[in-house]
Amino acid sequence: MKLRTKGAALLSAAIVAGALTGAAAQAQDKEYTIAVSIPAATHGWTGGVVYHAQEAEKQIEAAYPNIDVIVSTASSATAQVASLEDLSATNELDALVILPFTSEELTGPVEQVASNGTFITVVDRGLSDPSIQDLYVAGDNIAVGANTAKWLVEKLGGKGEIVVLRGIPTVIDDERIKGFQDVIDQSDIKILDIQYANWNQDEAFTLMQDYLGKYPNIDAVWANDDDMLLGVIEAVDQAGRGDIKYMLGGNGMKQVIEMVKAGDERTPISTPYPPSMIASAMYMTAAQFAGQAPMRGSFKLDAPLITPENADQFYFPDSPF
Amino acid sequence: MSSAEIATLPESEGFRIRWGELAPFIALGVIILLGTMINSNFMSANNILNVITRSAFIAIIGVGATFVIATGGLDLSIGSMLAFVVGIMIMAMNALAPSLGPWAIPIGALVALVVGSLCGLMNGLIVTLGRIEPFIVTLGTMGIFRALITYMTDCGSLSIDRSLRTAYRPVYFGDFLGVPYPVIITLVIALLGAFILYRTKYGRRVTAVGSNSDVARFSGVHVGRVRTMAFVIQGFCVAVAAICYVPRLGAATPTTGQLWELQVITAVVIGGTLLRGGKAHIWGTVAGALILEVIANVMVLSDMVSEYLVAAVQGAIIIIAMLAHRFTSSR
Repeated sequence: MKLRTKGAALLSAAIVAGALTGAAAQAQDKEYTIAVSIPAATHGWTGGVVYHAQEAEKQIEAAYPNIDVIVSTASSATAQVASLEDLSATNELDALVILPFTSEELTGPVEQVASNGTFITVVDRGLSDPSIQDLYVAGDNIAVGANTAKWLVEKLGGKGEIVVLRGIPTVIDDERIKGFQDVIDQSDIKILDIQYANWNQDEAFTLMQDYLGKYPNIDAVWANDDDMLLGVIEAVDQAGRGDIKYMLGGNGMKQVIEMVKAGDERTPISTPYPPSMIASAMYMTAAQFAGQAPMRGSFKLDAPLITPENADQFYFPDSPF
Repeated sequence: MSSAEIATLPESEGFRIRWGELAPFIALGVIILLGTMINSNFMSANNILNVITRSAFIAIIGVGATFVIATGGLDLSIGSMLAFVVGIMIMAMNALAPSLGPWAIPIGALVALVVGSLCGLMNGLIVTLGRIEPFIVTLGTMGIFRALITYMTDCGSLSIDRSLRTAYRPVYFGDFLGVPYPVIITLVIALLGAFILYRTKYGRRVTAVGSNSDVARFSGVHVGRVRTMAFVIQGFCVAVAAICYVPRLGAATPTTGQLWELQVITAVVIGGTLLRGGKAHIWGTVAGALILEVIANVMVLSDMVSEYLVAAVQGAIIIIAMLAHRFTSSR
């Protein structure tokens, strides 16, 4: 086992070295700086973003010694603008990977950075002016809703009564709900109720208790987020309701993937909107400089169903999310 | 107009004060009546039990907040403090579980009570010894507690050990003769609070300090000590709420208890306690907590309001309740 890992490490080192020797003379002399600007960890998903950004920083710096990655977190849009100014003032930035807090407020400051010839990678939330970015990496919120809805329509045989929990009123939430509703509307499934629970476990628990009191028959629940799903499951278990066949979330939270892996009957799937997309974006940006692989364009991560068969690929036991 | 009023003053005053004190209960009754008319499921035993049990957290923390507010203070850190205490308690229980088994639960609860009281003591000492406005002090500690729980959970979630979960679950979901435990705990805390506030020397000093701290000081009351003690009581109540909270979802997350401080302060004020201090109603606070929870419940049960406007209707109902309160108590 030990030998094998060593062997693998040697092998990968050789591959990296091989890849680099081509442009060895210039590439190894030239140092590259990649700045990564992301929201601070305030809830599960952004916590995952911070975790994956830090992991990717270590891995990229180990693989390419001539690339320096700087990860900077910001707690608000204003703080992110300030940290962009600091980053570009104190460093010669070759690339900027940014997950903008808001589209409108960050467009100007990112354009400023881009005017210095910095390679711009935008993640998740797009800027108001897409021409600024060189690379765009994002998940597909409409697909998160739509793929879950397709699965549910098939499993319920196209009819039944369901309830839906919404997150915080934002574009992300709107897109998910829209993707979901568009598919459901084409079937005979009836959405009994849809209310906000702010992506919060406690509020999801409370709301689900009220749903259970209000509707004597519910075939399935879509919580739109795995954090909320945990609150929903607790409320349903306490009420001892046997009519609910499926309880689904979304995002690919660690605890829920564990349930999917274990073949839970009521939660057999989840849909990823993975915080690890920040790592995908960082690797692609690094490849632009170290791997001689052109990386300009848009890259949309799909939202395939997470099933017991493929759950391992989406499971990061060390990640907080 | 004035002469007629003066003539009937003694009689009407006794009558009037009682109306004022009853206002939150009347408001609660009206909202319950409204709920019954809107949806027949509202009065079902299950729904009523759910709502009363859920309001326990705000009611328990509210009892503590009644003390702080009655002394003329304010504590904005309670929501974050709850999350922090929950985090510490889960960590303590998980650490003790392998060696103590189910006994880790009472010991963990004890740890929570100590930590909660110490958090309150810290707030109180900074306010009184540092002579800083409680608003600013607790705004600061609110940030500190919130950051600590985010750090402790690694921004994910901190779950209680599986072996303890089953043993601990009944504290929220169980009942004694049909009365859920959180409701019993709320009643005990409210009774204790009412006893301290209305029947002890300390209780009288609380309202004395709140209505006029200078007068209280001249009459020999140690104002700083009374205020600090109120914050300690608040911290203790937060810990009791934490003990009821953990068995429900079994986890702490960075969003645990978020914005609960506003709900608690609203419950206290709806209940008839003056925000500027000097007047306190423990049972009013409990009614206030119930009002908030019932309004939210009725909103979900009714189909009349768009999901986008729920918060607006809740806000309007609270303001109307307060206006009704004002007109019944000050005329």
